[in-house]
Amino acid sequence: MIRRFIACGLLAPMALSAQAAFDRTKPPTLPSAPSLVLPTVTTSRLANGISMQVVPQREVPLVQVTLTVAGGSRLDAAEPGLASFAARMLTESAGGKDVNAIQSELAFLGATLSSNATWDLFIVSLNVPKRSLGAALDLLADVVQRPTFSSADVRRQRELRAAAILQQRDRPGALAALAFNSLVFPSGHPYHDPPDGDSVSTARLDSARVRTFYSRAYVPARARFIVVGDIAASEASELIGARFGGWTATGAPLTIAPVSVAPVENGALKVFLIDKPGAAQSILSIGGPGVSRTSADYPALVVMNTLLGESFSSRLNANLRETKGYTYGISSRFGWAPTPNAFRVQSGVRTDVTDSSLIEIFKELRSMQNAPVDAVELARAKAYVALAVPGNFETNGQIAGQLADLQTFGLPLASVSAFIARVNGVTAADVQRVAKKYLPASRATVVVVGDLAKVRAGIEALQLGTITVLDAAVVGR
Amino acid sequence: MLAGAQAARLRVPFSIDTLPNGLTLIVHEDHSVPIVTTNVWFHVGSGDEKVGRTGFAHLFEHLMFMGSQHAEYPQFDRLLEAAGANNNGSTTEDRTNYYEAGPSSSLRLMLWLEADRLGWLLPTMDKPKVDLQRDVVKNERRQNYENQPYGLVGDVAPKLMYPAGHPYSWPVIGSMADLSAASVEDVKDFFRTYYAPNNATLVVAGDVSTAEVRALVREYFTEIPRGPAITRPTPPAFTVRDTAVTLEDRVQLPRLYLNWHAVKSTAADAPALQVAGYILAGARTSRLTQALVYGGEIATSVQAYSDAKRLDGDFNVVATARPGQALDTLQTVIDQQLEQLAAAGPTSRELDQARNAIEASFLRSIQTVSGKADQLNEYYYQTGNPDGFQDDLDKLRAVSTADIQRVIRTYLQGPRVMISVVPQGKPALAATKKRVTQ
Repeated sequence: MIRRFIACGLLAPMALSAQAAFDRTKPPTLPSAPSLVLPTVTTSRLANGISMQVVPQREVPLVQVTLTVAGGSRLDAAEPGLASFAARMLTESAGGKDVNAIQSELAFLGATLSSNATWDLFIVSLNVPKRSLGAALDLLADVVQRPTFSSADVRRQRELRAAAILQQRDRPGALAALAFNSLVFPSGHPYHDPPDGDSVSTARLDSARVRTFYSRAYVPARARFIVVGDIAASEASELIGARFGGWTATGAPLTIAPVSVAPVENGALKVFLIDKPGAAQSILSIGGPGVSRTSADYPALVVMNTLLGESFSSRLNANLRETKGYTYGISSRFGWAPTPNAFRVQSGVRTDVTDSSLIEIFKELRSMQNAPVDAVELARAKAYVALAVPGNFETNGQIAGQLADLQTFGLPLASVSAFIARVNGVTAADVQRVAKKYLPASRATVVVVGDLAKVRAGIEALQLGTITVLDAAVVGR
Repeated sequence: MLAGAQAARLRVPFSIDTLPNGLTLIVHEDHSVPIVTTNVWFHVGSGDEKVGRTGFAHLFEHLMFMGSQHAEYPQFDRLLEAAGANNNGSTTEDRTNYYEAGPSSSLRLMLWLEADRLGWLLPTMDKPKVDLQRDVVKNERRQNYENQPYGLVGDVAPKLMYPAGHPYSWPVIGSMADLSAASVEDVKDFFRTYYAPNNATLVVAGDVSTAEVRALVREYFTEIPRGPAITRPTPPAFTVRDTAVTLEDRVQLPRLYLNWHAVKSTAADAPALQVAGYILAGARTSRLTQALVYGGEIATSVQAYSDAKRLDGDFNVVATARPGQALDTLQTVIDQQLEQLAAAGPTSRELDQARNAIEASFLRSIQTVSGKADQLNEYYYQTGNPDGFQDDLDKLRAVSTADIQRVIRTYLQGPRVMISVVPQGKPALAATKKRVTQ
């Protein structure tokens, strides 16, 4: 039934003119998508050279202050987990105040303060109501410039980390990821060891080691501030300059060396099994070395992966979840980092269809390589990627995150618009080409965590490649 | 209170109206970013399920994505993705929600798809669709319960906490047997009863014009007929009996769950219980966090929270032991801390800290149009006023020392359900003691 709608008194004229006769049987014609409006960023420098980007956003009386310091877990070297441990220790005792005083004050101010390490960055993130900003910045200055690393704090956090490492053995997804990374990235590569270390490296953590690392890794010359929220650029500059303008290096900076060890390129498929007796599902981790985000193939890879395993209607999810009913969900992703992380397909599948799931996953990888995608599917993936970009700049935290991400790769803000244009230019031939070049359809590393008594025979029968059984207690060591 | 400035009152401006078929429409304009979200709540959840069909409301949620007459499977997801939008749904004991979020240009598509599945779902519903999503939901259950450490607690806790037949006495995910039993006829009955415009509230939020949204919603939804009046379950009053249960699981560390019967979300004591949760374990300096994790060093983590639902509620403390610690030790310390808090009450600093932290979390919750849309639906369902942000905050800020003492005494020193999850073969680590009473 086709009905014309009845205008009511409140109706704006543009709504009338924008819509022709309403036909329920067809999807509505949509207006053109809104164009991307990038935030206005004011850039300045503190007295000691630390750069600062400020984006005023007045919508909610909150301010996001993000401090990044280049470095991160790639500085671990022979001490896996040291960088992330030092990063988290910053918010313990500092500036002559014990941890409880700091944490109590933060909560009183309505602030959240976290300190972490990614592979490439130390990130300290403060989110605070505008009216408490000054007091919260005092605490931020203490934790960043004057952390105590007291023996008592270090011991307590070391023991909690040891317990968390022990608990990884309970989580098959965690075991699969640990095993996968240690296989794809050989010893000496920063991604070989877990970013939170293992039980052996954790036991070695002590106050002196952490303090020395901090003094050489938190280098003011490598620091940048990003401030987003209910604040003018001049005020942000004044408040932060007063607290960080005199921050100076205390130790000889650790070198951020380029990664010289290459990831493992298999000649053929290799299968690794980890037993989890009684498991209701098998966890699959399948993939290989990733790609640099600064590669010219980046937009084509994003589009290809969107239709392979990123969006809900992607081929892997449509097949293994929506057609076969093997899983609650399956995804594929590239780990975009300055040192490329892995490409990995991940899913939890019903135990009795573990082998069938492997067949379907490899079928999808090959099909992406063997035939061009059809025009409708390609257009959908491109739109899904390109039209979602404006939504990534909604909250203060998202804007700060986007700016930090761009910094990590040395990309300007304008590259966001350029990315949209390049995505819109991706062709079916591009998708097929990057699928052939980068998807490890015949040389993947395959990790399966499940009930081996039930799934091993089926996997062996597939004759995918060599099979090695790994010990869960060693993987989650 | 914070020294100095008094915070401005929180407001999320909205307009509300109801179509002749009973559909309630709430519109919130926010032009800061060119995005829009639609958020539909159906006032049905697992609490409305029949005996023998647990998990059905959630299974049904999955079927809402399986196509409708004019947008046949798999067009729902494909069309939204082609417009740059994403979507999802979720089910609780009390309600089922569906949202779409994307660029403002996708508004008409979102409304058209929502209207089509509300008005024309059944013509394309068949057994293969039900069978397929039944398998997917069973996989969801395997992933989040069977294959999750401590996951089986979610299965066991509701029936220990609530009496047989109570709407909250089974888990939202349901049992494998009941999921197996669900039929196409069940789907049709459920749809005709609960998926009617008079049982739904649609929130549209973002870079939109209220007038345009109102006109479009009338155009798309008006011809969908009103459904029957719905009788909500009326749960019986009950008292929990002290219960201690031990589960063995493939876990490295034992974990203790203490669950008390508390109050529903609109009860007078609900805000005080929420603040009590913060004082017990909301921050690093909270009482249980200190006594168990950082001061006492007998646990790796602790949580305390009020789970106040529409019809009833419970309060939960969950603590994981450090290696070598038995759960009796944790239980004793938790009870001591509750005793102390009931006896002396929180300090004024503790109360201020809780109030300020809660207020800041309110501000954070209104940073996104998606967050605001869901919250407008929640407040409307619970209180009849979509913009309940400031009222809610006022109640939380009014909580006094005496209120905290009273709710600890009234709810957290009475009978409770105690669940110990211990590593296989180590039942001796379970908590066994009776409550500490004076």
